[in-house]
Amino acid sequence: MNFFIISLIKTGIVAGAFMTTLAYLQWIERKVLAHIQSRLGPYRVGPHGLLQPLADVVKLLTKEGFVPSHVNHFFYILAPFLAVFFALISICLIPFGPSVEIFGVRTDLGLADINVGVLFVLAISSVGVYGIALGGWASNNKYSLMGGLRSSAQMISYELPMAIALVSPLLLLNDLSLRTIVNEQAGYYLGVIPRWSIFQMPFPQVFSFLIFLISAFAETNRVPFDLPEAENELVAGFHTEYSSLNFAAFFMAEYANMITVTCMATVLFLGGWHPLWPAEYGSDFVPVLLMLGGSAVLLFHGVMQPLKGRPWDRLTMPAAGLAFGAIALVFLVPVLKPILMPVFWFVAKAGVLLFIFIWIRGTLPRFRYDQLMNFTWKFLFPAAIVNLLITAFAVALQGPKN
Amino acid sequence: MIPLTDRVDYLANLSNNLCYCLAIEKLLGIEVPPRAVWTRVMLTELTRINSHLVWLGTHALDMGAMSMFFYATREREELLKIFEMFSGQRLMTSYFRIGGLALDHPRGGLEAVKKFLEMFPPKIDEYENLLDNNPIWKNRTIGVGVVPVDKMLAMGITGPMIRAAGIPWDARKDEPYSGYQNFEFDVPTSTDNDVYARYRVRMEEMRQSVRIMGQALEGMPDGAFQADAPKVVLPQREKMKTQMEALIYHFKIVTEGVRVPPGEVYQVIESPRGELGYYVVSDGTSKPFRVHMRTPSFGNIQGLGMMCEGGMIADSIASMGSMDFVLGDTDR
Repeated sequence: MNFFIISLIKTGIVAGAFMTTLAYLQWIERKVLAHIQSRLGPYRVGPHGLLQPLADVVKLLTKEGFVPSHVNHFFYILAPFLAVFFALISICLIPFGPSVEIFGVRTDLGLADINVGVLFVLAISSVGVYGIALGGWASNNKYSLMGGLRSSAQMISYELPMAIALVSPLLLLNDLSLRTIVNEQAGYYLGVIPRWSIFQMPFPQVFSFLIFLISAFAETNRVPFDLPEAENELVAGFHTEYSSLNFAAFFMAEYANMITVTCMATVLFLGGWHPLWPAEYGSDFVPVLLMLGGSAVLLFHGVMQPLKGRPWDRLTMPAAGLAFGAIALVFLVPVLKPILMPVFWFVAKAGVLLFIFIWIRGTLPRFRYDQLMNFTWKFLFPAAIVNLLITAFAVALQGPKN
Repeated sequence: MIPLTDRVDYLANLSNNLCYCLAIEKLLGIEVPPRAVWTRVMLTELTRINSHLVWLGTHALDMGAMSMFFYATREREELLKIFEMFSGQRLMTSYFRIGGLALDHPRGGLEAVKKFLEMFPPKIDEYENLLDNNPIWKNRTIGVGVVPVDKMLAMGITGPMIRAAGIPWDARKDEPYSGYQNFEFDVPTSTDNDVYARYRVRMEEMRQSVRIMGQALEGMPDGAFQADAPKVVLPQREKMKTQMEALIYHFKIVTEGVRVPPGEVYQVIESPRGELGYYVVSDGTSKPFRVHMRTPSFGNIQGLGMMCEGGMIADSIASMGSMDFVLGDTDR
């Protein structure tokens, strides 16, 4: 009974946090992209456009869910459901932190821990392509069909280097359960260099990390691999005929995939929740300093500087500054520390990767279809195999662990 | 008539103004004072930069490089402010008149141009840094959209497209008009004849335009900005209110228009997109008997079919961008 209640509570928390992150990831992307392009981004709804995601959701909810007459009804409705279902489900396998004690109950931070976790996530992400392919086909529109075809070909091709890039760290860490994988990356060389997969002896997995990241861009249909929705060539690609919530589902699926992929990269390559340097050297104070820094900037601009934006920035900016300061203090509370610190490091690493996703979108042009295929089959795939061979040799020469 | 020529090519309106004015001036046989000529050169080169910036932004946007568009429009904004200073309009400038300019330079106008010239060249380097160092951009453009040179000539393709195919045809050099023979500049060419070559040629042209504008700014003569031709040029307000003759000329020009002696003329200039020609026939009245425009976009777009044949959809987008056509200019 206890197990069910704890699981329900955890599911509620993770689902709530995940959905909020999804909505705000879009806000963050628009903001970061805007600043890369010397614009302001969302600014009207709420202070600095902070309520924009809410407005977007309301807009999409209240729009008419129009179904064109020429579509295949069943698959047309099914496709966005499949896409969003398979995009959201992987999150339940991601471990966010070690097992901790909350109110006297010992539990793992994370929803489920199955012993073939990596395989399960891979399988689910492969099935995710059905949503897009079916959506493109059921729309009965040549642009959608081309978008769906491109997407399925691209995702199937990039799955290979991605899977092979995943195998190399698995050889080092010798387990398929995501929680064990993170635990295997604990500790430090020489007391400072973390034993994350990308640093771990005998063969640091830098290359497979890069290959994984590139494949992840293709898997999530992001620039420079956003061919399925290349707006200059295919109108909107596979979701041309979708509107309202069906459209929102595809959008959510894309962002959920992004989050899942960055979480996987964090778990497999960046040591999950383990800090960048040991707690003895003060890694516990990183979030405190970050939050205090943010708080100082907000207070300085909100109180001391002449006002540039809207009148109520005088109120909202100091208020946000105080809130940041309060969060900084929360990180200092000894009881909460063992829960918050791992989650902070996990979120920070995934956040940096997500920032890279957005950054790339602001910088690179789009691939052409044949170049995209050449890139994966002639470069990424062999590179991943070579990397796997070298890792295998290194691990074999080192002999069995303990 | 002049405000109408603005609308033909809305990104190179001053080039169209200039071409029409030059044609009518040729028919009338009037001499334009040097200050007007140099200002015209300066502002048409600014127009060239304007047009190329819009092309660069949209071309890169078509290829998926979204940020480039915003960087290009950022610089274009400065440039439109200069247009507004000179003519009071950002887009439909209509600044040139038969026999000179509509107004003399505004206060601070030349300083604004100078500031722009100092600011702009590093920005071109910035664009090239973003695109030329990018293997995806090169993959997408090199070897794409090639049309044989003889076919290009047969279809009447001009401008940066033909220069990127290795033919150094530039009306500014080969048939100098409006005092271009006094300026020192190079005609950038390339022999690769692909999308990338066209991109390189246009980038280099922007640098050359900056060079020409620098010379025009340095040697800007003083004196009148309109020709001394009372039957053609509207008199100054001041003169009109104090002198009887000026008032009469003003009345005649406003009510009847400018009487142009009968004859026909074909004037060619180098617009940002290529060879722009105005063929004007006059029957001696104040209304043109016929005005035909030989617009560069119409010629340039003819190559699209050959570029797309046997290629991929994505390549057709790249080729289309490299043509830099304006639909108003194509359809007139």
